[in-house]
Amino acid sequence: MTPPIEPDPQPSPSGGEPRPHDPGRPASRYLAQGVTVRFGGLVALDDVSLAVEPGQVHGVIGPNGAGKTTLFNVCCGFVKPNAGSLTWDERELNNLHAHDLAGLGIARTLQGVGLFPGMSALENVMTGAGVRSTSGFVSAAFGLPRARRDEQALQERAMQTLSDLGAAHLAPRYPGMLPYPDQKKVALARALVSEPRLLLLDEPAAGLSEGEMDELGDLVQQLTSRMSVLIVEHHMDLVMRICDQITVLDFGQVIARGTPAEVRDDPKVIAAYLGAEVSAGEEIDTAVLESHGTTTKGA
Amino acid sequence: MSTDITTAVPAPPAGPSAMQRLLGLNLVRSLLVSLGVLVVGVLLLESTDAYTNTQLSSLTYFTIAAIGLTALTGLNGQISLGHGALMAVGAYTTALMLDTDSPLPFPVIALAAIVMTSLVGFVVGIGAARLHGPYLAGATLAFAVALPSVALYFKGTFNGEAGLTVISPRPPEWFVSFIDAVSGEFATSSKYVAYLGLFCLVIALFFALNLGRSKIGRHWRAVRDQEVAAEIAGINLGRTRVQAFVISAAYAGLAGAVMAMVVRLAAPTVFTLVLSLSLLTAVVIGGLGSITGAFIGSAVLVFLPPLVTDLSTDAKLSDTQAAQMSPLIYGIVLVLVMLLAPGGVMGTLSMAWRRRRARRQLTATPTKKG
Repeated sequence: MTPPIEPDPQPSPSGGEPRPHDPGRPASRYLAQGVTVRFGGLVALDDVSLAVEPGQVHGVIGPNGAGKTTLFNVCCGFVKPNAGSLTWDERELNNLHAHDLAGLGIARTLQGVGLFPGMSALENVMTGAGVRSTSGFVSAAFGLPRARRDEQALQERAMQTLSDLGAAHLAPRYPGMLPYPDQKKVALARALVSEPRLLLLDEPAAGLSEGEMDELGDLVQQLTSRMSVLIVEHHMDLVMRICDQITVLDFGQVIARGTPAEVRDDPKVIAAYLGAEVSAGEEIDTAVLESHGTTTKGA
Repeated sequence: MSTDITTAVPAPPAGPSAMQRLLGLNLVRSLLVSLGVLVVGVLLLESTDAYTNTQLSSLTYFTIAAIGLTALTGLNGQISLGHGALMAVGAYTTALMLDTDSPLPFPVIALAAIVMTSLVGFVVGIGAARLHGPYLAGATLAFAVALPSVALYFKGTFNGEAGLTVISPRPPEWFVSFIDAVSGEFATSSKYVAYLGLFCLVIALFFALNLGRSKIGRHWRAVRDQEVAAEIAGINLGRTRVQAFVISAAYAGLAGAVMAMVVRLAAPTVFTLVLSLSLLTAVVIGGLGSITGAFIGSAVLVFLPPLVTDLSTDAKLSDTQAAQMSPLIYGIVLVLVMLLAPGGVMGTLSMAWRRRRARRQLTATPTKKG
């Protein structure tokens, strides 16, 4: 069992309006250093490092099978890396478990939606902030006023989070009856209700229409006044628009990092995405192929 | 996205009155429901004959166990075919503690039975938390089969195949005078046991209602519905599963304590696999996860077989045929429920209600976009 790490004691204002940037908020960096993951003989991640700066949107992109999801799973404790370290709040996260995340002020959404089908949308969102309420088993069993107060506060916060996303009318509905974009909203509310300082978004735009994607992009940019965001996404235009920093993975290795503009023009990235033929120079072609060759040989 | 916030938020309700606020408390609501069940129970016990009284006391312990199982299987998603064996732990504890010249008062004995069963449940639960679906069913099945043989092995303590005869506690003075005041009848030992069962049921119900509506219940359901998402939300899967199993075992232990006094025997033949299976079928017929469903399922289990036998005898069937009718009808009922209403009685009702409400909402706000 991991030692209990003190959650951020700072209570957050739960006002309805978009919260102004709070300079008093502790600036936390999320660092992954030298992360290596091997599944049997396959090297899924090879010495990958990234840093999510406070208040930034950090994108992770790469072709299919590049290791994006694996990196994400490492970041949230689902996959134990064979080597490397994770740092958050200037503390190294040793033996991270997924259920410790919420207490650390880190929230994550799942690929797809992963809502609880047997609960209303409101209960789904309430579950997302469950660790924050302090009333225990005894007060719950006896139905004491203390548990009731906690539940009510939780319910109000969940409702507030839903209406911040324009989804208050979904509260009593069950996930199975909701259209996909609405389900995504509820899932996002469930992640946001715990007021995390780092939000991990796993392909949030999958299945959304153009307009909904724009909406999502605006929302994520608004969030940066309260939290840092690490995002894995396939839709290039969205990533290029909202990210401050981008890390590009290919075959488990970081092939480029930098601002969207820098990454966009990086020949290695173009090669990885479009194939080497498109890039002009012959020498790039062979260099890329070689680097691929070594990784696959190692596999 | 932020423009339609104001229109989407429902108008804040007018400040709740003191009465509403009181009723909003789980404590008060559960107390009211429990008291209602207590009153109905007393009325039923006093208005029926001795035979029905015995049936009603069977109903109390069956329902207690069913509530525990419906919480485990319905809310937390863990199947258990071993609850009969857990009941045996409670029953044997009760039998051993009553087997003295001056036994402790029943609440103490019941508490001891609960603690013992919870301990066993804790050990089983730790194993169960790592298993899923058919593997969990298999493991608890093995537990149900294996535990009675403990009684055979330690013959000295548990008296082997013959089991322990339970001496029913003598009704205390105040109880005799209470029954005399209510119905003018003499309070028999079995009536006293029926009342003890009823009290246990009411207390068990009170806690189950509270837990089901609380954060604890929500976390159990979260673990049932979506493990990964529950874990990300900060719920410790293993700990939550063990917690559910221990609570469920505590209910089985209390049920076993009552059962020992009703049946007046704690023996391996009483706690067979059939008991575990009928508990599960009761919970499924009533509707998984529903406390009302646990009541309905237990009532079907307790009252249907004698009812069918009576009807068959009335229909001039031979005794053998009449005896065979009840398992047949029971089987048919189970098959029909599985085919027509796999959610059980309560599951089907709540699904219909949910659909109706959703439809009404859609017609009320036809232009609302998602």
